[in-house]
Amino acid sequence: MNLNLKVWRQNSPDEKGQMVDYQLEGISEHMSFLEMMDVLNQKLINSGERPVAFDHDCREGICGSCSMFINGEAHGPVKGTTTCQLHMRSFKDGDTIFIEPFRANAFPVIKDLVIDRSAFDRIQHSGGYISVNTSGNTQDANATPIPKENADLAMDAATCIGCGACVATCKNSSAMLFVGAKISQYALLPQGQVEAKDRAQNMVAQMDAEGFGNCTNTGACEVECPKGISLSNIARMNREFLDGSITK
Amino acid sequence: MSTKKQKLSSIGRKVLMALTGFFLMLFLLQHLSINLLSVVNADMFNEVSHFMGTNPIVQYILQPILIFSVVFHFAWGMVLEYQNNQARDVKYAKYKGSANATWMSRNMIISGLAVLAFLAIHFYDFWLPEINTKYIQGDMSGMSHGSDHFRYHEELVSKFAHQPIRVVLYFVAFVMLSLHLLHGFQSSFQTVGFNHSKYTPIIKKLGNLFAIAIPLGFVIIAIYHYNIHPH
Repeated sequence: MNLNLKVWRQNSPDEKGQMVDYQLEGISEHMSFLEMMDVLNQKLINSGERPVAFDHDCREGICGSCSMFINGEAHGPVKGTTTCQLHMRSFKDGDTIFIEPFRANAFPVIKDLVIDRSAFDRIQHSGGYISVNTSGNTQDANATPIPKENADLAMDAATCIGCGACVATCKNSSAMLFVGAKISQYALLPQGQVEAKDRAQNMVAQMDAEGFGNCTNTGACEVECPKGISLSNIARMNREFLDGSITK
Repeated sequence: MSTKKQKLSSIGRKVLMALTGFFLMLFLLQHLSINLLSVVNADMFNEVSHFMGTNPIVQYILQPILIFSVVFHFAWGMVLEYQNNQARDVKYAKYKGSANATWMSRNMIISGLAVLAFLAIHFYDFWLPEINTKYIQGDMSGMSHGSDHFRYHEELVSKFAHQPIRVVLYFVAFVMLSLHLLHGFQSSFQTVGFNHSKYTPIIKKLGNLFAIAIPLGFVIIAIYHYNIHPH
């Protein structure tokens, strides 16, 4: 298939970027989206131009590295997938495809489609952990009884790969689905209770300090999340946060 | 240690929107309930209106809370909209908002501002004359000028009877209010942390019912008084 690409090109964080048009011929529908980008880059290299920088790592949908806002949607038109799991069969011959970086002030562009998501790391550092003594006397995990339902919900929350699609798709650039998932995975387990009162307070404070917007419950994040993280995690974060605010 | 807590957090901000929203929804419910009396029985409507207009608890406690909630909800909503816009300086060249969220949820500022514009008309129609009569002219009797019957029902009727433009304006405003409530009702519950696999589907259905029934009730009242009274 032949495609018209409109790709965001930006040399460095401080330079102004712009959308640039490229024509690609002979793309196979069996290619993944990132393989199509590889073809584009080979073509650019062959003609002496700078290839398009983009994030990728595992290319099997679990690392959260790949981003890209494709035709107005985070990770493209297919729900529940990352960009590396998007295939060209989702497009038609002659299509025009807009390819932009995830946009939010808290996710500054480093180069082209590569963005700096370290804001998520700093939120994690501020409370997304439990303090466990690992001095060699670690007790068997199954020694602490946990209701199956809670274990499942915690696991669901923990499947968040921190890709940032929630922020990218949110009209307010809010990070509440990510933070909600990271808080929930501990809030649902007994091991998470020790730091519970501070966790939500500190992680929300860091989220606000990073410059993410305010959640207005549009639910777009839940729809675009490649791991199907539920909005109920945001409600749980709100409860944890309010609990910490009122009782501590 | 929550040492970073200096200003109101993003969750605190939205909780304030939800709490004022809850109060305003309760207000809508009581406002509609009383107004429906104007269709059922003019005397009953007059009695209740006089009570609400002169009772000190309603006038000096509930009314100031209501005014505060209205002003706060509008002002705060605009502040949050501005802040949220500031969180993304470079906009997308292509953004498909309809792919993952409803129009109502994405455009609360539009439906909200439309309701604000309506309130200006509504205050001019009813609230300002009421304040003028009671607190500037000092007439707390509730009586129609130079007569021995209450003025409330005839004032309401005079605003709508054979006034097509006002009825149309009210109709448009209530459509906007409906759109606002379709998102706002269930969103308020989510914000205060009320999300449960058993109850959230009920809340969403209840929210849709509330968002349609309340504005529809007001519209029916306006159309009823437009049609029913010969002049």
